[in-house]
Amino acid sequence: MFSLEMSKEQKMIKDEVGKLVKSIVTDNANEMDEKREIPADGIQKAWELGASVSMVSEEFGGFGMEDSPVTTAIVLEELAYGDMAFAIQATLPSLVISPLVSMGTPEQQSKYLPLLCGEKYASATLAINEPTFGFDPVTLGTRAEKKNGSYMLTGEKCFVPLANTASCILVAAALEGQNQLFFVSKDNPGLKIGEKEKNLGLYALETYKISLENCEIPAENRLGGEQGCDYAKFLQKSRIGMAALGTGLAKASYEFAMDYAKSRTQFGEPIVYKQSVAFMIAQMAYEVDSMRLMTWQAASRLEAGKDAKREAYLAKFYTGEKAMYVTDCGVQLLGGHGYTREYPVERYYRNGRGISIIEGMATV
Amino acid sequence: MISLELPEAVEQTQKMMHGLAKDLFRPISRKYDDKEHVYPEELEVFRGLIGGDKKKSKVMPENVKKEKKDKKPSYENLSTVVMIEELCWGDLGLMMTIPGAGLGNAAISAVGTPEQKEKFASKWAAMAITEPEAGSDSASVQTTAVLDGDDWVLNGEKIFVTCADRCDVVVVWANIDPSVGKAGIKSFVVEKDTPGLKLEYLEHKLGIRASDTGTFVLKDCRVPKENLLGTAEISQKKSFAGVMQTFDNTRPTVAAMALGVSRAALEFTKEKMEEKGFTLDYEKLPNNLSAMERDFYKMEAEIDAMRLLIWQAAAMADAGNRNSLQASMCKAKAGKIGTEITQKCCDLLGPLGYSQDYLAEKWMRDVKITDIFEGTGQIQHLIVARQLMKLSSKELK
Repeated sequence: MFSLEMSKEQKMIKDEVGKLVKSIVTDNANEMDEKREIPADGIQKAWELGASVSMVSEEFGGFGMEDSPVTTAIVLEELAYGDMAFAIQATLPSLVISPLVSMGTPEQQSKYLPLLCGEKYASATLAINEPTFGFDPVTLGTRAEKKNGSYMLTGEKCFVPLANTASCILVAAALEGQNQLFFVSKDNPGLKIGEKEKNLGLYALETYKISLENCEIPAENRLGGEQGCDYAKFLQKSRIGMAALGTGLAKASYEFAMDYAKSRTQFGEPIVYKQSVAFMIAQMAYEVDSMRLMTWQAASRLEAGKDAKREAYLAKFYTGEKAMYVTDCGVQLLGGHGYTREYPVERYYRNGRGISIIEGMATV
Repeated sequence: MISLELPEAVEQTQKMMHGLAKDLFRPISRKYDDKEHVYPEELEVFRGLIGGDKKKSKVMPENVKKEKKDKKPSYENLSTVVMIEELCWGDLGLMMTIPGAGLGNAAISAVGTPEQKEKFASKWAAMAITEPEAGSDSASVQTTAVLDGDDWVLNGEKIFVTCADRCDVVVVWANIDPSVGKAGIKSFVVEKDTPGLKLEYLEHKLGIRASDTGTFVLKDCRVPKENLLGTAEISQKKSFAGVMQTFDNTRPTVAAMALGVSRAALEFTKEKMEEKGFTLDYEKLPNNLSAMERDFYKMEAEIDAMRLLIWQAAAMADAGNRNSLQASMCKAKAGKIGTEITQKCCDLLGPLGYSQDYLAEKWMRDVKITDIFEGTGQIQHLIVARQLMKLSSKELK
């Protein structure tokens, strides 16, 4: 079937998330960015909406809804339209919950899911990015070795959100040349949480470097048990997630800049009467649509039970490039004002660079 | 529910068209690029198969045709753009000269009365809009039509008429009352052998050489009263806007042309890259690839984006929604990106991209037209911006 019309349920979910974003995210995004902090009650509200747990079965504390990558992409876009840092933090537990649901052993599911799907926002996080030049999630520098019935993890990770408070960290590491995911609990003596990071963008999101040195974990902590997990599938889902974030972010920049340009008067008329300005806005508009469609194309394939390696890869690449392009136009259209932190386009521009660079920080 | 999976019926059309493009277009692609103005008679097999009245078309699967009372989703527009992408993957110039599938046929089928449709059903109809002084500004056509007894008398000059030499009839835009401006513009079906209609000249072009493009001069050309398409009534509100609305449906098809041609170029480039030992498997991050591989993925993503914007416009039309904005968005993007992709592919192909031993150089010439005809890229950007911001053509010139 080919249709770009949302189902009633999708519309309803989009509206709910949209309301939340409008009431507590959009207008506070600047303050969160400046204070480098996201208020816990906002995150809790998103949690209660089910941003991370909706597709977990009720038995484990979830909502038992159908796992729909397209619907998740809609939610992520809507959240990032408000603020990308908020979107990542609000859905952070899903980076652990989602792989658990689709690839965890029954024992792992019954051990972790009830802890992660309670009434309170449960911080669990993912460590995939590494502070090395040429980092690539398909050629991980972090290693796992099997030793006396357990695994030893060694390596450095960066951009691990909320690492200092997370109850557990899902770590991506290469085991005999095959990329896998491992649960590391926060009290593991081989895990060292480093300094809080300062990044180009996403000031409001607390991220940390972590190091794993002779970090010994029991064999049952490998996601999927002895057989391991489908890391490639995990990557597909996270690439689509990042693409959805990029779409929401770009849409925010585009809309703000367009509204500004309509009301900004120079030479006696609104600047949108000039083709050089109007054409930029037209291009931003169809690039935002393109980004969304690329995201949906990949999500739709997953939803149809097909492999989305190609589509997910292209969606992340495309949205990475265009998020930067659109947010750049956003700053440019506001001119000097766009360069100040008084207007959100400045923040969108910094956050925009993250779509191509950051891996794994959202998932469908 | 959102789903971007093609319905099976459309996939069948896609497969069938790809076969035709590969077996019938590609083998004669170079031949008619060389023999400009020679009619590709190999295309006679297509007569009546494609174009004209879509509902009677034999290649449209039954279930994609829209029946009035049928509540099942229609995929008529989606099938059309899918079909055009495939045929243009074969050859854009040849696709444009499929007998009986002229733009004029689309106009007759869109606004003609049942009698007119019947009368011109078997005719190959060209479309004559552009004039030396009326290009993008099609509202300023100078050709006039004056009613004299039972005939309309047409006077004027029409340029860039596709299929000018090969067609049977020409649909001519003319003004029946210049004092009311663009509201007076109507279209007339003019038979080729009508006295006063003269094919003056055939263009020599950068690309799409298989498709002939000509200039007509109309001098006291008398056409029967009943050959005016639609109604002779002048309505300030509807008239010209109505004419322009027919372009909402054709813009995505032009975008699909750019898509088909640029995909051909990229597929050929991929073939050559793989022969050279490149593995294109969507694995490593773009940053960790060679410049050539990165360019390849970038173009492939752009091609997907083009296609999705086109499908979005088509799906909206199929759902019965106005898609003027989306139609212009997809054409704005496709004309620009299609042109860039074919240029880049020639660059990546090196000497193979500059030689007439291969088709890449031809595709680079062919695709350029898609950013020009039926509204240049600049016009499309204007339309998009005006619609987004609700600006008039006086505010945003």
